[in-house]
Amino acid sequence: MSEWIEIGALTEIPKLGSRIVQTPTGDIALFRTSANAVFAVRDRCPHKQGPLSQGMVHGNTVTCPLHSWEIDLTSGGALPPDEGCTHTYATRVEKGMVMINLKVS
Amino acid sequence: MKKDKLVLVGNGMAGIRTLEELLKLAAGKYDITVFGDEPYGNYNRILLSPVLSGEKTIKQIILNDLDWYEQNGITLHKGKRVISIDRARRRVAAEDGITEEYSRLLLATGSSPFIIPVPGHELEGVIGFRDIKDVDAMLAASKQYKKAVVIGGGLLGLEAANGLLQQDMDVTVVHLLDTLMERQLDKTAATMLQRNLEERGLKFLMEAETESIQGKGRVQSLRFKDGSEIEADLVVMAVGIRPNIELAKHCGLHCERGIVVNDTLQTYDPRIYAVGECVQHRGVTYGLVAPLFEQARVCANHLAEYGIGHYEGSVTSTKLKVTGIELFSAGNFNGDEGTEEIVMQDAAAGVYKKIVLKENRVEGAVLYGDTVDGAWYFQLLRDDTDISEMREQLMFGQGHLGNAGHGGENAAAALPDDAEVCGCNGVTKGDIVKAIIEKGLFTLEDVRTHTKASASCGSCTGLVEQILADTVGGDYSVAQTTQPLCKCTDYSHDDVRNTIRQEHLTTIQSVMETLDWRTPDGCSSCRPALNYYVISAWPDDAKDDPQSRFINERAHANIQKDGTYSVVPRMWGGVTSPSELRAIADAAEKYSARLIKVTGGQRIDLFGIRKEDLPAVWADFNKAGMVSGHAYGKSLRTVKTCVGSEWCRFGTQDSTGLGIKLEKMTWGSWTPHKFKIAVSGCPRNCAEATIKDFGVVCVDSGYELHIGGNGGVRVRATDLLCKVATEQEAMEFCGAFMQLYREEAHYLERTAPWLERVGLAYVKESVIEDAVRRESLYKRFLQSQKTARKDPWKQIAGDDKESRNFSPIKMVDTASN
Repeated sequence: MSEWIEIGALTEIPKLGSRIVQTPTGDIALFRTSANAVFAVRDRCPHKQGPLSQGMVHGNTVTCPLHSWEIDLTSGGALPPDEGCTHTYATRVEKGMVMINLKVS
Repeated sequence: MKKDKLVLVGNGMAGIRTLEELLKLAAGKYDITVFGDEPYGNYNRILLSPVLSGEKTIKQIILNDLDWYEQNGITLHKGKRVISIDRARRRVAAEDGITEEYSRLLLATGSSPFIIPVPGHELEGVIGFRDIKDVDAMLAASKQYKKAVVIGGGLLGLEAANGLLQQDMDVTVVHLLDTLMERQLDKTAATMLQRNLEERGLKFLMEAETESIQGKGRVQSLRFKDGSEIEADLVVMAVGIRPNIELAKHCGLHCERGIVVNDTLQTYDPRIYAVGECVQHRGVTYGLVAPLFEQARVCANHLAEYGIGHYEGSVTSTKLKVTGIELFSAGNFNGDEGTEEIVMQDAAAGVYKKIVLKENRVEGAVLYGDTVDGAWYFQLLRDDTDISEMREQLMFGQGHLGNAGHGGENAAAALPDDAEVCGCNGVTKGDIVKAIIEKGLFTLEDVRTHTKASASCGSCTGLVEQILADTVGGDYSVAQTTQPLCKCTDYSHDDVRNTIRQEHLTTIQSVMETLDWRTPDGCSSCRPALNYYVISAWPDDAKDDPQSRFINERAHANIQKDGTYSVVPRMWGGVTSPSELRAIADAAEKYSARLIKVTGGQRIDLFGIRKEDLPAVWADFNKAGMVSGHAYGKSLRTVKTCVGSEWCRFGTQDSTGLGIKLEKMTWGSWTPHKFKIAVSGCPRNCAEATIKDFGVVCVDSGYELHIGGNGGVRVRATDLLCKVATEQEAMEFCGAFMQLYREEAHYLERTAPWLERVGLAYVKESVIEDAVRRESLYKRFLQSQKTARKDPWKQIAGDDKESRNFSPIKMVDTASN
């Protein structure tokens, strides 16, 4: 069975913005960067579980809206000097549609 | 591609700091080689005094160990002195024959202690106080010998003397003049210091000029010009430093007292840069660390080919690193004909403070015994702040200007390690000290990044700065006067704003391109600022960028710690009606609000609303005639009112009515930070108008207009702007004042600090005295309000695509792990 799930059109995510995918085990935040790369991470900041999807995206980084931790979207890790990590999920864009693989990468 | 080669001569603090700044900006740009004539990595030279006194070890003051050089791919030739520079072949050569070619050369050769050339100065046991070798020599002497003489009663001499005293030597300080530390202290403070040091056991010989040093092989005694003598087994000369310029001179670079450099730290050979104590910039040489760090930043900037930084010289301040003695001085502390002084002296408590003023600005300060406010005075001095409004409280310190918002503890040195310094982030003094020592931090910014202390509300900034000063030991690196807007650029808020106006820039992208932003999308600090600056400069042309706003302004509600939102509909002037209350009650039930709370701004807040429900909540409120209260924005928040003459037996004017008119005029306007207004119907001031950004206090004969109040982190009562006779005038002055603030304050600067920065006189001049300017400000305010007074709730609730963005893009039933 394919583990890839189609989520929706890339255009449904604003540039430098985010949308949420709801799952039975918690929200996943989908981000679209200015270069049209799409990243998926668990929507919980490693600091105090802030919703990363509500943060500001710049480069491949999102700033948590609660206490401004910066999370690297490629690895899910907090940028130093902060320490911590959130799960990331593999994504790909096919014919304008965003796909996600819910196995933790 | 082959990389350019950068060679650094001098492995000290200034040179290595330059490399660190360079690595931050352009990590892979150069192949870097460092020559240092000491056999160590880079260490913190200003902490040699505590090493001498036994409070620290050499290991504790190493800033960059050998691993650091390796990790950054830097070749270090340690213990190797460079003896020549061949500028034509661009090559340097060290004593042992090693040569390195360069495409850029950085000289940071530092300085040497000046050794007075009296007979006998070459004897064993006569040394300077400059490096680890000198400290080792002093420590060794203290184990074998008893009597030490320190020549020079300046900063360094006293620190050396104190260190030797701690090592149980019998120490005499010999000083040419009649007061100690004459370059940092006035006579009163110097006398207090001398008395204090005498009580600790130091001896002083004042107005004594050394004629010769006697001894056979090792020093035995000193003779003075007046014929008297004193025994000595160790003589430490600390009478000043000389920039090390021989190498530069030898290769034909222009030198005077130091190696002459321009504002980009380049010598007369533009391939060769110089920083630190060896340079002379605009006729001045520096011997403290803060200026060196400022130079390092500019030099690195230029080496990285971001040619926008300029070094324009430094104002320095001093602290003595002798444990238990609190002493601070900065600027012109002696005063002259054009200056005046405020002096406070309490001999019994050992406290002396002098502030030197010139034309209502701080020119200099000397503090002895209580240096809590040193950092603050220094800030006022560097920022050239007009202090006329706080003159009476100036002597009592920043704490007296207003309640600091958290516990009154203020003396950093006296705090125990477990005392909480930053109440927002729960950071103790011990945490801060530990981070400073272990991570080698020098600036407030560094401490903030690593510990989060003072990173939230900022009210403990002064205290954190003091702890930094106490820990680093003295001339720690103070923040630059003009700060870059953020780490993505070196331009300041004002630079950016001026460029936006001059070049008619209407998008964030065009600002970033014009000013060579270092990051493609900026960061969460600069994007909101740039967005604000373009829409405030060009309200008709610029388009708001929602993705550059903090979530609250994007979601038009306030995010809470659990990720839900709170919603506040506007209540004009704090007045509501049964139908509005009914609509609020209905919404609270329909959307399962978990808390309903009356706010401080006279409105009602619904908590626990889910993001996907927001557009529906708004649609319901719109139906009942209510609009967004902007409780989430850097914008006009509320106009608080009391009931005034319509109901109150004391009311003098219709304060509620005026409040509603003001709110209808100003709502929806974006401002640098939140903006609050209040109107009180009489001087009893029930609406608390005197702690608002703009406050009106009605009196029988008209309206008193107040500005720049704040009830938050630091309580600040307003300044009286003026008194007007009519409501129309009150509205016009309000609009003009708000527009001036919108056009000129930095993003995230409330009216209170802005007013303190630019001065009440400036605001009065712009808004009161210059009627033409007031009218044009008011006109611009109304013009931009034409487009701003739209309800963002209605716009989103009525737009399907916009509303959809508030909901999940998809719900899947596969569990994610």
